[in-house]
Amino acid sequence: MNYIFIFLILVSFIFAAINNRLDIATDEMLKASQRAVEIAFGLIGIMGFWLGIVNIAKKSGLMDVLSKIIQKPLLLIFPDIKENKEAQSNIALNISANALGLSNAATPFGIKAMENLQSQNKDKNRATNSMCTFLAINTAGFQIVPAVVLAILSANGMQNPTQIILPTLIVTSIAFISALFFAKILERFYK
Amino acid sequence: MIQFLNTLSLWILPLIIVFILIYAIYKKTPAYEAFVDGANEGFKIAIKIIPYLIAIMVCTALFRASGAIEFMEKIFKPLFDYFKIPIETTIIMLTRSLSGSATLGVLADIINQTGVNSYATKLAAVITGSSETTFYVASVYFGAVGIKKFRHALLAGILADVVGLIAAVWICSIFFL
Repeated sequence: MNYIFIFLILVSFIFAAINNRLDIATDEMLKASQRAVEIAFGLIGIMGFWLGIVNIAKKSGLMDVLSKIIQKPLLLIFPDIKENKEAQSNIALNISANALGLSNAATPFGIKAMENLQSQNKDKNRATNSMCTFLAINTAGFQIVPAVVLAILSANGMQNPTQIILPTLIVTSIAFISALFFAKILERFYK
Repeated sequence: MIQFLNTLSLWILPLIIVFILIYAIYKKTPAYEAFVDGANEGFKIAIKIIPYLIAIMVCTALFRASGAIEFMEKIFKPLFDYFKIPIETTIIMLTRSLSGSATLGVLADIINQTGVNSYATKLAAVITGSSETTFYVASVYFGAVGIKKFRHALLAGILADVVGLIAAVWICSIFFL
């Protein structure tokens, strides 16, 4: 991450200087930091709501029921969470919410799952294998119905926007599987 | 099928919430207290991810504003022509992993430029719908728990994005060309 951070900033300034866009670049940089705070604040309400709902499910024992159902397939992907029931159900909730295109609901579940994984991590600064796998499959963004894109297409008057659903589903499945694959392969090289 | 999926996405959230509440009644769980306790954490998490979000968003905004993407567009042009990929979609391929709002902006641009029923629009729509903003997801999820050493997580995410792009070009050429 350190290298990506430094690389992106240095390369950007070099290109900005060549393209004579230093003023725009500096301006965008400062605006982006402002936007980061706005996004984080925008998350508070949604995040609070879903974490509240999830906490009810947790306190009532519903999460344990869920984790029992999905334990077997999940342990194949995340072998080290056998004892971590909460992580199991939160990962399941995150993946199902994402699959349904409910990314607002998926984010709090995902963050909860990360916290559960972090609780069994020995080095709190460094991601575990399961954390990396979980992040990678989330960045692949698996979803059954791309609701936002469909809305944009029909708002712009496409005759049959639903024609993109099947190709999108195929592509996102390929991306999902390859994220899993790369995470599992690469973890051997990043000890 | 489509009708069914639309109805499902409309009903799924209310059904989940109702189911959770009914289960809580059945188990005699104090739902209101549990809700407030849980919601309290939303604020803490949102505050905690701010530094990570700033770092990532500044990087990606700088990169987009610097004109580096236009430069890469020129480099990729021969390759794109060879595979019959519309050149308008270069920018969306490069921004997809960097910024979600920018991607939607570029999608709108492509619709404006090439028309809503063009091949470029369909390809861009599939690319947008089939992936997530890798850098944003990484900063939020790892930021929330204070992870600073990402190890292979980002690399795996980006490689999967590249495979996704290649798949998008391939699948779209089968479906729409």
